[in-house]
Amino acid sequence: MHTRAKRFLILAILVAAGVSAVSAYFNRYYLGVAIDVGINIILAVSLNLINGHTGQFSLGHAGFMAVGGYTAAAITLAITPHLSGSPSVVLSGLLFAGSLLAGGLLAAIAGLAVGIPTLRLRGDYLAIVTLGFGEIIRVVLQNMECVGAASGLSGIPERTTLFWSFGLAAVTVYVIGCLVNSTYGRGFIAVHDDEVAASASGINPTRYKVTAFVIGAFFAGLAGGLFAHHKLFLSPTNFDFMKSIDIVVMVILGGMGRTGGVIVAAIILTLLPEFLRPFAEYRMIIYALLIILLMIARPQGLFSFGRTKAA
Amino acid sequence: MKHWHGWISLIVLAGVAGLTGCKPSGGSDADNPIKIGEYASLSGKEANFGISSHEGTLLAMESLNNAGGVLGRKFQLITEDDLSKAGEPATVVNKLVSKDNVVAVLGEVASSRSLEAAPICQQNQIPMISPSSTNPKVTETGDYIFRVCFIDPFQGTVMANFSYNTLKARKVAVFTDVKSDYSKGLAKYFKESFVKLGGQITAELDFNGGDKDFKAQLTAIKASNPDAVFVPGYYTDVALICIQAKQLGINVPLTGGDGWEGEDLVKIGQDAVEGNYFSTHYAPDVATTNSQKFVADYQKRFNGKTPDAMAALGYDSAMILADAIKRAGTTDGPKVRAALAATKNFDGVTGITTINEQRDATKPAVILQVTKGKFKYLETVNP
Repeated sequence: MHTRAKRFLILAILVAAGVSAVSAYFNRYYLGVAIDVGINIILAVSLNLINGHTGQFSLGHAGFMAVGGYTAAAITLAITPHLSGSPSVVLSGLLFAGSLLAGGLLAAIAGLAVGIPTLRLRGDYLAIVTLGFGEIIRVVLQNMECVGAASGLSGIPERTTLFWSFGLAAVTVYVIGCLVNSTYGRGFIAVHDDEVAASASGINPTRYKVTAFVIGAFFAGLAGGLFAHHKLFLSPTNFDFMKSIDIVVMVILGGMGRTGGVIVAAIILTLLPEFLRPFAEYRMIIYALLIILLMIARPQGLFSFGRTKAA
Repeated sequence: MKHWHGWISLIVLAGVAGLTGCKPSGGSDADNPIKIGEYASLSGKEANFGISSHEGTLLAMESLNNAGGVLGRKFQLITEDDLSKAGEPATVVNKLVSKDNVVAVLGEVASSRSLEAAPICQQNQIPMISPSSTNPKVTETGDYIFRVCFIDPFQGTVMANFSYNTLKARKVAVFTDVKSDYSKGLAKYFKESFVKLGGQITAELDFNGGDKDFKAQLTAIKASNPDAVFVPGYYTDVALICIQAKQLGINVPLTGGDGWEGEDLVKIGQDAVEGNYFSTHYAPDVATTNSQKFVADYQKRFNGKTPDAMAALGYDSAMILADAIKRAGTTDGPKVRAALAATKNFDGVTGITTINEQRDATKPAVILQVTKGKFKYLETVNP
């Protein structure tokens, strides 16, 4: 099975690269929304590892995204002026990959720093602590003059293409999917289902929770980097509490712990507000109503096709 | 594991689905209307500003069209709401530029949202005019970005002069919204100018926009015994600050910038905001012919509502754009840009406007006082 999954991963990346190569012919608006879709898939799938598979309610995902986004943008901005002439595609690609990776790693470190003390908490308490963390990050950024403070970080070069957005979305789905379905990954689901029983079976719940948190934060950091090089402007208000809620809604609507459903929810929730643009001022009311209706109709999540929930 | 390929092919599908719309080809026909894009905060927390600004722009477009448009073509205004939310302006302006193929973009009120949209307009060589973003950084983005209002340094300086000369204040406390760059900018230039005049800053305190309780900071301000308090915030916060200042017995005048101007200031603040001063771009009771005609037209169009500064600036931004298109003789981006940059002594509703080398407007400011629940014109300060 693994070879099959790998084959599809490679195929997805190749298709992303192929479509990206001709993206100059596409309308920039549709292209921009398509890139948003890819970024949101990464965010939703990585939060799903924490909230869905491991069953920990985190409200701080936008905080990790902010750490990754600001780090990647700051690195790009610091390096770009030192490049003589216009760098080749390969070089700028490598630099971008490096800055994304650095952003992801720093976000993972933030995840570790928050995770170790807080993941001994459960349920509501954890939600409040992670919410607090997200706000701390935002307030810190708001006061950091070196990244533009409240007026935001501008002048970020455009690096995110369809290839990066969907290529990394495919990687995220592949890595998290393989992880959850591995022997080690069963531990996440065990922690989700019953912490006491899991620890009685020799699983250390805190360690599993921290692992899920760190991996989820890493991918959120990557998504932040993509976001920064896509919107070309970062302001702390990009990463407020509402952004975290948006991602949580994707996970809940898609069905906790169901990767397929979460992907579909991320796609729908990104495209829906765009399709509703003609309704002008009624747009957000319709959007909210649709979410309420979907939740009433499918409380278990939008699309629970694919594998039934493990255990 | 077996449904793996399902997930991944979904991603691919999404990518392809997102791209189905290809760019329609087609040049601009002389019979076609001139498409102007506008993005504004029509809903969300700064909707008051966004709606006013939008109404001003709309009125300008309608009156231009009634007069036959320019270059023999009428205008078509395409407006998008950005929900007062970061992240939205980029998407919305991308839509206006790439999907609707507008020739120029008008917006936004808030500087942070203008800053987000500016790189997109710059990249596509589409001129963008911000009606009322006062942060200096906005037009620094590039040579396609303009504004028709003055910038923060000017407003901070105006209020420092006003506090020192008219209010005869020598000791002033400054109360800044650290969440907003606008507020920080005003506070910075106010302090610099006020100290240069020989005044003294007795206390500098911070709040976060959206706070509800300001008593701790206000108590400290009261203890520093100032002659006036400079509060460069937005109207909702300012109203609460005025109420709480009054409760604590701070009886000196509170002053601020154009962020104060919103109907809610008086609605929420009631008696507490009475007698306080702020600087802004425009006063409806200024007696110039332009302004009087604008006020009459606006009241007729919007059920007797009195226009505020945002409406007047929205109106001027559209008028200055139309004037530039007329002088350029084309809707071609680079040529309209050049014409905009050459705008000189344009006789607008908000005063005589000249676009300077930094693509900012050089124009007068007015100072208003809250009197009997209304904003009353006090004086005009020339640059």
